[in-house]
Amino acid sequence: MAAMGLLKRAAQRVPSSPAFKLSFIRAHASEAQAQQVEPKARDTTSLKTFQIYRWNPENPSKPELKDYQINLKECGPMVLDALIKIKNEIDPTLTFRRSCREGICGSCAMNIDGCNGLACLTKIPSASTASTITPLPHMFVIKDLVVDMTNFYNQYKSIEPWLKRKNPPPVPGKEILQSKKDREKLDGMYECILCACCSTSCPSYWWNPESYLGPAALLHANRWISDSRDEYTKERLDAINDEFKLYRCHTILNCARACPKGLNPGKQISHIKSLQPKA
Amino acid sequence: MGSSNVKRFSGMQKQVLSLFRGFLRAARSKSEEERRKIESIVSQEFRRNAKSVDRKNFLYIEYLLRRGNKQLEQLRNPGITGLSSLQLHFSKTDSNAHSSIKG
Repeated sequence: MAAMGLLKRAAQRVPSSPAFKLSFIRAHASEAQAQQVEPKARDTTSLKTFQIYRWNPENPSKPELKDYQINLKECGPMVLDALIKIKNEIDPTLTFRRSCREGICGSCAMNIDGCNGLACLTKIPSASTASTITPLPHMFVIKDLVVDMTNFYNQYKSIEPWLKRKNPPPVPGKEILQSKKDREKLDGMYECILCACCSTSCPSYWWNPESYLGPAALLHANRWISDSRDEYTKERLDAINDEFKLYRCHTILNCARACPKGLNPGKQISHIKSLQPKA
Repeated sequence: MGSSNVKRFSGMQKQVLSLFRGFLRAARSKSEEERRKIESIVSQEFRRNAKSVDRKNFLYIEYLLRRGNKQLEQLRNPGITGLSSLQLHFSKTDSNAHSSIKG
């Protein structure tokens, strides 16, 4: 159909040129081929059901899991592709956050078949059974798969995630240099994109979301504690040396399992613990 | 109902009332004209929801409380001068008020 439309437009523009005739013939041939292939393509459709959590505050009722069936043969490989396809073709009211579709923005964090992860980095499960997609666990839902991240961001803010100096830089007006070795200490931390997959997978964070900082914020705390250019290391350590803020981490290590970037927040937290003065 | 005439509120009712009080207090820090505007928008919004929301729909009331607290936090910012609301009229539903914060 699309090819025909194109042809019609082409015909209007160049009514009598040999190129037009040629293209017409070619298009016709490919259409015939498509007709031959079509029954085969129908055989290879593989339908998959997604059960997606739905709740709309504008229409106050109980949250529910709604089933959507899509053909995986006409869909990209990732869960985010499936969600976008559902939103485009089946239900435009489905709400979720997404942006970069390549695992660098951290917007599309959600719970897929019981595991936290980024929809854009998670392959659609090949099993023929239905897949369940819910918002991040133990977070307040704003709508469908969108959760309220206020508390999470406030906790990140509370660790003061910026460079703090007591002395002016060695060369005024220039950047503060760092040796390669010091820079390597930040590997495994600077990659964090704050998607909240780790914090919301942590049982300890579920029970104390207000008082326990959670793996993501603590990983960033350690990122600034370990930074050779930062001069407030001691103050930073004191600020989180708290029974709840830091020591609610019981090394359950769900965080390392959930992290879509392959980081290990639990290891960074134990590094902070090792730097704290022994009582 | 009880032995005294004092009305007892549930925890959630107290939260709603304290949110309302928070808005009135935040309004005091704005100019006289804006203060009256804020008070009228806020009380209109509270009355509308008090009427239209089922009192047992805790999930939705909690959602509104969280949203209200977030808006209150924004309003408390000294850089914010006032509130404005937008009245939308649809053919099917009667009316729907949306409020926004003015910088």
